[in-house]
Amino acid sequence: MSDGKEAIIDVKDFTAKYGDVVIIDDISFEVYRGEIFVILGGSGCGKSTLLKHMIGLYKPARGNIIIKGEDITKAEGRDRIDLLKKIGVAYQLGALFGSMTVLENVMLPLEEYTDLNRDARHLIGRMKLELVGLEGSEGKMPSELSGGMIKRAALARAMALDPEVLFLDEPSAGLDPITSAELDQLIIQLSRSLGVTFVVVTHELNSIYTIADRVIMLDKSTKNIIAAGNPEYLRDNSTIPVVQKFFRRQTDKQLGAQNQR
Amino acid sequence: MKDHDAAFSPPSVEASKDPDDTLVLKIKGRLDVYSTGKIWKDSSYELEKSAPRKLIIDGDGIEYCDASGIALLIELKLIQEKKGGGFELRGLSEDNERLYRLFNFDLLAKPEGTGKPPSGNIVERVGKTSWEMLEELRVHIYFTGRVTVGLFAAALNPFKIRWKEVFVTCEKFGANSLFIIALVNFLVGLVIAFQSAIPMQQYGAQIFVADLIVIAYFKELGPLMTAFVVNGRSGSAFAAELGTMKVNEELDALDTMGLDPVNFLVVPKVIAAIFMLPLLTVFGNLFGLLGGLVVILSMGYTFTTYINQITASGTYVMLLAGLFKTLFFAVLIAGVGCLSGMRASRGPSAVGDAATTAVVTGIILMIVVDGIFGVIYYILGI
Repeated sequence: MSDGKEAIIDVKDFTAKYGDVVIIDDISFEVYRGEIFVILGGSGCGKSTLLKHMIGLYKPARGNIIIKGEDITKAEGRDRIDLLKKIGVAYQLGALFGSMTVLENVMLPLEEYTDLNRDARHLIGRMKLELVGLEGSEGKMPSELSGGMIKRAALARAMALDPEVLFLDEPSAGLDPITSAELDQLIIQLSRSLGVTFVVVTHELNSIYTIADRVIMLDKSTKNIIAAGNPEYLRDNSTIPVVQKFFRRQTDKQLGAQNQR
Repeated sequence: MKDHDAAFSPPSVEASKDPDDTLVLKIKGRLDVYSTGKIWKDSSYELEKSAPRKLIIDGDGIEYCDASGIALLIELKLIQEKKGGGFELRGLSEDNERLYRLFNFDLLAKPEGTGKPPSGNIVERVGKTSWEMLEELRVHIYFTGRVTVGLFAAALNPFKIRWKEVFVTCEKFGANSLFIIALVNFLVGLVIAFQSAIPMQQYGAQIFVADLIVIAYFKELGPLMTAFVVNGRSGSAFAAELGTMKVNEELDALDTMGLDPVNFLVVPKVIAAIFMLPLLTVFGNLFGLLGGLVVILSMGYTFTTYINQITASGTYVMLLAGLFKTLFFAVLIAGVGCLSGMRASRGPSAVGDAATTAVVTGIILMIVVDGIFGVIYYILGI
């Protein structure tokens, strides 16, 4: 990361609840401009919940989420739309609109929010698809795409308005190792070439080591951030058992045996 | 690509033409996805108008540029190169230059991929459609056969039927639709009686409205109206249920467990429908006659007169003939609903399409079957 770290997202004293059940209890962190920031943790620790709050789908029980100086938890009406235009989200299952072709999916935000003419929209849409390696599939329907292609198309749609922050929910879940590695490379390439900030939710270890500049790890029992920093550093230096287990992919037993040795 | 929000000036384009047929477009300001649209038209207009031998784009004045701005530059390049003219881009900042180089111009110059194979000539298409129709017919016959075999097997071995499923379906299919069936039939009976009472009054034959209602209801209206309402309500529900199961691969799961989806899912529904539709039709008939009663009473006749009139002209044979038809309607509603669901394709609209197909096919087939019964009953003199 650069020296002049500038926070593009600032999460402050954030608490999330479903009904009375506390999912995340009072966490704070920052995401810096241009980095690939990974939120990780075991199943059910609230990763996706955190992401859904960060993109403004849910209102937090307490705390603020400030994106580019504006609080997404408080923004309403026009302000909220303007803020949402600065971010792009690629959902876990793609969430491509099944009644539209891939290109129409990517062009939808352009049609709704810009005054670009038809040719311009088509060219921009195709450029975004080319960036994710989907050239030639413009006219296909989402149901005709493979899992990896759907994820890439979703990424292209998220990038349609050239957002500054891209949120990816489990980008490599359910993909084969090769496709998953390709997607990781794509994320790195986009980050480096377009300067886009990525916030990625995942628990794929290989992915984390490849793409992450910085991670935070959420923990189910404490409902808080249990570790933060560079993934390799955490793997080699963390003394917290849960973190060790996670990064070394071990069970309690294995870790115990190793520590006795 | 540094800060997006700092104060930038709106984009502008300035065209100047050199004597040696070279067009220079000076592009200035902020080019992002919201502002590029403004100068897109101007730039391509300038280029089309002067059709130069060589196009030079001077990007020195571009303050900020994202992929959409780059798209404009690429568009101008592609237009110019398509005409065989020269193109030169100068003055672009290092960042923007890198962004520009990221895209593959040759791929973008190609026409869009449609993803669809070319549709063949007319002979090919006629052949394909005919084949598909035959295939459709085959599927229907095959399915009918499977359901029939399933029903016979169930009749021979009633303990093997999933009675819990049958009763649940009975409740949804029958009990829960009682109110709407009562309402629809009451209103239809009322309207028909009222509409026929007006011309009959001219001949002083109002009391025969009662005969008309009872005959029409026992023979046709009761079974048909009830079946239509149930078809719209439950046929579509069956299609949606099985369609969702198909999309979720639940049908495949049943298959691999060695359970036949037809026996497991369709047969209980058909049995429930066969039980419930005649019962519902009895209620439908009753409420249709009540609708007629209201009109008769309002014309000044007594309740007893109405009862005498309908018992004189309505016969048990008539009633049972009408109810017998509903057994076939029941099989149609449940069978067509389930088949449409099981044949749902993939994609988000698949379940909705399956429900529509179920309702439409169900109505058409019921009318056809009703016509066939009309002929048979006529020959039998019922």
